[in-house]
Amino acid sequence: MSTAEPDARTQPVASKLRPWGLAHHFESLSQQQDASYFGMWIFLVQEIMFFGGLFTAYIVYRTANPTAFALGSDSLDLTLGAVNTAVLIGSSLTMALAVWAAQTGRRRTIVVFIILTILLGGVFLGIKTVEYGHKWHEHHVPGPSFHWDGPEARGVQMFFNLYFAMTGLHALHMVVGMAILAAVAVWAWRGAFTPGNHNLVEGLGLYWHFVDIVWIFLFPLLYLLGRHAG
Amino acid sequence: MSSNETAPTNYLNADYGVRSWLFTVDHKRIAILYLIAVTFFFALGGLMAVLIRLELATPAGDLVQADVYNRLFTMHGVLMIFFFLIPAIPGVLGNFLIPIMIGAKDMAFPKVNLASWYVYMAGGLFAAWSMLHGGVDTGWTFYTPFSTAFSNTYVISTAIGGFLAGFSSILTGLNFIVTVHRMRAPGLTWFRLPLFVWSLYATAIVQILATPVLAITLVLLIAERAFRIGIFDPALGGDPVLFQHLFWFYSHPAVYIMILPAFGVISELVSAFARKRIFGYRVVAAASVSIAVLGFLVWGHHMFVSSQSPYAGVIFSLLSMLVAVPSAVKVFNWTATLYEGSVSWETPMLYALGFIGLFTIGGLTGVMLATMGIDIHVHDTYFVVAHFHYVMVGAVLMAYLGGLHFWWPKITGRMYPIFWSKISALLVFVGFNLTFFPQFLLGYLGMPRRYHAYPDEFQVLNVLSSAGATVLGVGYLIPLVYFFWSMRYGKRAGDNPWDAFGLEWETTSPPPTFNFPATPKVTLEAYDYTGRAEARLARTQPVRSSP
Ligand SMILES: [Cu+2]
Repeated sequence: MSTAEPDARTQPVASKLRPWGLAHHFESLSQQQDASYFGMWIFLVQEIMFFGGLFTAYIVYRTANPTAFALGSDSLDLTLGAVNTAVLIGSSLTMALAVWAAQTGRRRTIVVFIILTILLGGVFLGIKTVEYGHKWHEHHVPGPSFHWDGPEARGVQMFFNLYFAMTGLHALHMVVGMAILAAVAVWAWRGAFTPGNHNLVEGLGLYWHFVDIVWIFLFPLLYLLGRHAG
Repeated sequence: MSSNETAPTNYLNADYGVRSWLFTVDHKRIAILYLIAVTFFFALGGLMAVLIRLELATPAGDLVQADVYNRLFTMHGVLMIFFFLIPAIPGVLGNFLIPIMIGAKDMAFPKVNLASWYVYMAGGLFAAWSMLHGGVDTGWTFYTPFSTAFSNTYVISTAIGGFLAGFSSILTGLNFIVTVHRMRAPGLTWFRLPLFVWSLYATAIVQILATPVLAITLVLLIAERAFRIGIFDPALGGDPVLFQHLFWFYSHPAVYIMILPAFGVISELVSAFARKRIFGYRVVAAASVSIAVLGFLVWGHHMFVSSQSPYAGVIFSLLSMLVAVPSAVKVFNWTATLYEGSVSWETPMLYALGFIGLFTIGGLTGVMLATMGIDIHVHDTYFVVAHFHYVMVGAVLMAYLGGLHFWWPKITGRMYPIFWSKISALLVFVGFNLTFFPQFLLGYLGMPRRYHAYPDEFQVLNVLSSAGATVLGVGYLIPLVYFFWSMRYGKRAGDNPWDAFGLEWETTSPPPTFNFPATPKVTLEAYDYTGRAEARLARTQPVRSSP
């Protein structure tokens, strides 16, 4: 390779005007943007592996206890789950619109759609809390107070172990996403994003869609599969 | 080559004060932060090893009780694996060198880079806190249900420490991947990259794909221990073998998170001190990636006796042996590089040659252990202990030390005392073999691991091992002393003290904050010593002919 040979040291540093918002170590805005999106995709790959461990546990235990998992699934509130699915897909739409607004440089519109996204996320978490509350009253929360009237109590408890672990971690991802969305809304209001430089909005959009997609898998696995087999 | 002009400002003297270090986003300063931290954790883990070897000098359990001994080997493993071996080469040498080797000003995400150090330190705090309160006794593997239902030690805080260390490792890997993809200098194509970059790229793939599985496993372990959300405890309907599957799905590839960067270092050293392009450059690069991929398919070799089906065992056994192919390719290609090279016996090269020998032994005993019949015989004995210490200490630590000795003049601008560095390289090699070779014999004779007392007939070999550990300890202390010494008193090294090939040797020692005055343009293949000589000649000719 040999190149920045001694003579390169004496070359003057290119004194081109650096665009606004370009970090010191990038050559151009497009390089910065590429790096930013690519980084988010890699982050999502590790998220897939993170949830992958849980899905593996689900597959293993569901295969071992098919009847119990159907019984547990039957005891979930399908209506609330379905409404939540719709709410979350709606929030992905508003998120996508926020990204569109950032691409086209509509400052206020970005803020409006981000706030809508946060609100829909809040509705989802609210409904989830109601569902968790029902399970608490029915003594379906795993632990010493767990109680199940019916066959396969141990297998059903395993279903609820996984139900709470999976939906809980999913909800945690939403809380983190909403907190960052709130910060991004403030920055957007202050005009931090331009059509050429809005990596944060776009990257966060990818993250939000990912969290949405996780739920798209969780909903059938937990609420629908084998529902009438029990 | 140019004169030894030293740039007036470099990354070390660009700014002063603790704040300028703790809030730095310069990859080179972050590398120094890692260097300090991993050295500290290595010393702490080493202290545990000292106590372990002291206890094992006599057959009776006279120095520590069994439960203290359990905590000692557990904390030794946790500290050395999560807080030293995994972050050492990527965190220190990788952080320092990757941007320079690819002609970039910094990592793609400098703030994430700094954050990964803080996450790592937070993990270290959790581990240290657990230790101060009495430690953990589950073994570094945290096997359930012992870890979730029975152990009365600090499992949760240690697991949080491991989780955080893992997350830091993920962020480092993410940064490396994006940096190598998006930040390469003009002309630096993939097949012109130094093999160190290839190795860390392959490592990063493993970090991204394997570490999250450890993270979720530790989360579930904590949930089970703290809230009785039973996923693994049979009393709660769980399956402890699932824990082992998930754990080893990470922890076998974790071996490659440790060894692949070491391969990269050795490729650089062998090429630099044989003055030759590495033999079969593309094959060595591809071998790194194929080890990374194969590494995901072999975790079951840790579970031959854990109720895994024998058919699964056979498959895992075969796949594990397959890993030996790309590993052997590397060893043969390093050796072939030496052939007809002009080999010089500088300190880093001593480490590299030591690495090749020790890794060969570690690797071959790995093939033995991948054979189910032998594994069942020596399972959970000192044979296994000796095997993975040959790979992790004999290979990884040798490579890390070799790399430090090679790039130290670049990192600090100073040279360490050559004589003492050769003495210590020799001590490390001799001490290491004396420590761990007897353990192969002990294991084969049937001494189980993880016991603080043993039958009298094993004493001779154990005393040899403890004596070797003393030599090894001295071998590690000497560099610690002279590296510190050299920072102030070492003689100035110049930009390229080894006359080696690579972008990092084209900039000043220590490099300026942005590494190069202008983004370099790459025109030569990697390790093109011949091409470089011609280029130099062509450059000097007109100067000579000018009046
Ligand atoms: Cu393994």
